[in-house]
Amino acid sequence: MRYSIFNLMRQALSGHRGWGPTWRDAAPKAAYDIVIIGGGGHGLATAHYLAKVHGISRVAVLEKGWIGSGNAGRNTTIIRSNYLLAGNNPFYEWSMKLWEGLEQDLNYNAMVSQRGVLNLYHSDAQRDTYARRGNAMRMHGVDAELLDAAAVQRMLPFLDFSGARFPIHGGLLQRRGGTARHDAVVWGYARAASDRGVDIVQNCEVTGFIREAGRIVGVETSRGTIHAHKIGMAVAGSTSRVAALAGLRLPIESHVLQAFVSEAIKPFIPGVVTFGAGHFYISQSDKGGLVFGGDLDGYNSYAQRGNLPTVEDVCEGAMALMPAIGRVRVLRSWGGVMDMSMDGSPIIDRTGIAGLYLNAGWCYGGFKATPASGWCFAHLLARDESHEVARAYRLDRFATGHLLDERGVGAQPNLH
Amino acid sequence: MRIQCPFCGERDLSEFGYLGDAAFQRPDPGAPDAEAKFVDAVYVRNNPAGPHDELWYHAAGCRSWLRVTRNTRTHEILAVAFPTPDRHS
Repeated sequence: MRYSIFNLMRQALSGHRGWGPTWRDAAPKAAYDIVIIGGGGHGLATAHYLAKVHGISRVAVLEKGWIGSGNAGRNTTIIRSNYLLAGNNPFYEWSMKLWEGLEQDLNYNAMVSQRGVLNLYHSDAQRDTYARRGNAMRMHGVDAELLDAAAVQRMLPFLDFSGARFPIHGGLLQRRGGTARHDAVVWGYARAASDRGVDIVQNCEVTGFIREAGRIVGVETSRGTIHAHKIGMAVAGSTSRVAALAGLRLPIESHVLQAFVSEAIKPFIPGVVTFGAGHFYISQSDKGGLVFGGDLDGYNSYAQRGNLPTVEDVCEGAMALMPAIGRVRVLRSWGGVMDMSMDGSPIIDRTGIAGLYLNAGWCYGGFKATPASGWCFAHLLARDESHEVARAYRLDRFATGHLLDERGVGAQPNLH
Repeated sequence: MRIQCPFCGERDLSEFGYLGDAAFQRPDPGAPDAEAKFVDAVYVRNNPAGPHDELWYHAAGCRSWLRVTRNTRTHEILAVAFPTPDRHS
């Protein structure tokens, strides 16, 4: 059923008893053209674009739990394309363009809100690096504005401008950046893919790969054996574990990133704001809660929870930047398992094993990448070649030296 | 999370810095496959879900490097020792 104002009115007249399920909860078949492991945003987006753009709908998405139960439900919902490197920027800008048309494409309200992303700078040197990044963005056709302190103060008068330890000198603003509703993105992609014939199979954990003559031709799952011509992994957070089933070792460490949400307050923070002197970022959800986070805890973890020193560090960042929120109560916090690649950038590539394809290493930037990740992974699966905006995301770049190290910190995943 | 430093006793996580997987060993640069070995040593990780040998630095304490075995699923510390002398850390 198509969602529209007319259908809404029609359903209202019949007491809203006529709405069908948003998408079809399928049982697995014995064989598919393409099987995607991982029913998060990336896996479902891949299935949607395989069906829509490439006309391949004999596709299954296998999810261990329920769709969106992993990192798609554990992020801070920020979308942006403010990247420096030429290998990254066109990819994230393509993602941003897909976000801008996503709701019309999916016929689903993903609550995409281009409320602006502002990165604050606190020194002359930091201003120069932000100006450089802003210039790089503009040369790629992406919007960027460098604001001075007065412009930031007009926009966000509640920040600490009183001569703080790290005075705010200005910020780099991407007005087209903003937030989206994470669950709606998952459900929207699931609905659109399901409508085109994709099977979404839940509670279906992959427990092994089936090989024939060196090629991977299927997966063993908790719901039986499934054969496929091609298999794509989109299981960021658990990539090393699933890859190990195929005998692959990858340039990835799993780390925990914590996030927080406060009680709901009246509209206060208009966009996304990041603190440049520590690591703290914050936005306000449409429900009113402040959604914020900071650094990784810094050690390998699959525990989906973190420790107190990072909580303290994030809250210190909050108080240094906007003391006004000091008495807002934190409602809950959680941890997500991040697929930290060794250069801080993702991998969308073949694996070296015929039939097995990899979408991984999203670090803590996976949510904003969801549409383009799905688009480019679908392109790779359908055509066996990298999409032009994802050509830099090769698995062999760690051997060839073509690293995409946006922060320039080297092979130390807990610093990216 | 607290780590039982063999020199200082049990201390809070905030006193420690983290390097990563303790399996790292510098390959022989003269070996014929040295390049592949170095790529593997620098970039590729086992990244297990479960017990993990890793290097921590007691920065705000005795400043010793420690070899810690920790469960990455639960954060339980299973063993702490000084790295053996033949390890590069």
